[in-house]
Amino acid sequence: MAQPKRILVACGTAIATSTVVAKAIEEALKARGIPVITRQCKASEVKGLAPGYDLIVTTTPVPKDLEVPVIQTLAFLTGIGKEAAIDQIVQALQS
Amino acid sequence: MPSEKILSLLVPSAVCLQLQSDSSKEVIETLGERLFQAGYVQSSFVQAALDRESQLPTGLPLEGKYNAAIPHTDIEHVIKPALALATLTRPVDFQNMVLPEEKVPVQLVILMALEQAKTQVEMLQEIAAVLQDSTIIEKLILAFEVQQVYDAFA
Repeated sequence: MAQPKRILVACGTAIATSTVVAKAIEEALKARGIPVITRQCKASEVKGLAPGYDLIVTTTPVPKDLEVPVIQTLAFLTGIGKEAAIDQIVQALQS
Repeated sequence: MPSEKILSLLVPSAVCLQLQSDSSKEVIETLGERLFQAGYVQSSFVQAALDRESQLPTGLPLEGKYNAAIPHTDIEHVIKPALALATLTRPVDFQNMVLPEEKVPVQLVILMALEQAKTQVEMLQEIAAVLQDSTIIEKLILAFEVQQVYDAFA
């Protein structure tokens, strides 16, 4: 079996928003049969942590010059465009 | 589905309905002050929440007619976890969480006094579920008594 993909989930304080987003991503991808490991962090920590991850999902702006693909979305919090966001994550993890 | 954690953390004296406010700052101050009076947060909480909001805003455009904001700040300003809630007779502008240069006219504000994330995942998931449910949001916005807020979450 393939190694689980690693997703870094960022928000402002790493307390509230990213908790919800990380859970929602784990559940959505599990439903599609894709195992993932998530870690939460503050937006200010993204640059340092990014190299160890396959993808960054963030609800708040993060630096642009990262070597890792970034998906910036509120979909997992507000529900708007959630399916599209999941598709985008799956695609980013496959490429 | 009842939002049990929200119901247990919501502080009745920190539910401000049909508030007339001119700014996001005023709303955060009003709610934060109520939580302070009720003993849930340190005196530093309000300023910390305002600072946090200006650097990392929490306005959320929602699917329905009304938008929300979920101000919060670092855990060291919190004594014990709690939620405060305000509805506004006319929207005040918050900045958009994902696009901070953009304004979101907000009529529902849930101020969160949070401790460690791990202990409150369920409450946070309930908040997200509420944000995705325009029926509940509408009930909250129209409420004029605290009991109606509890009924909306029940």
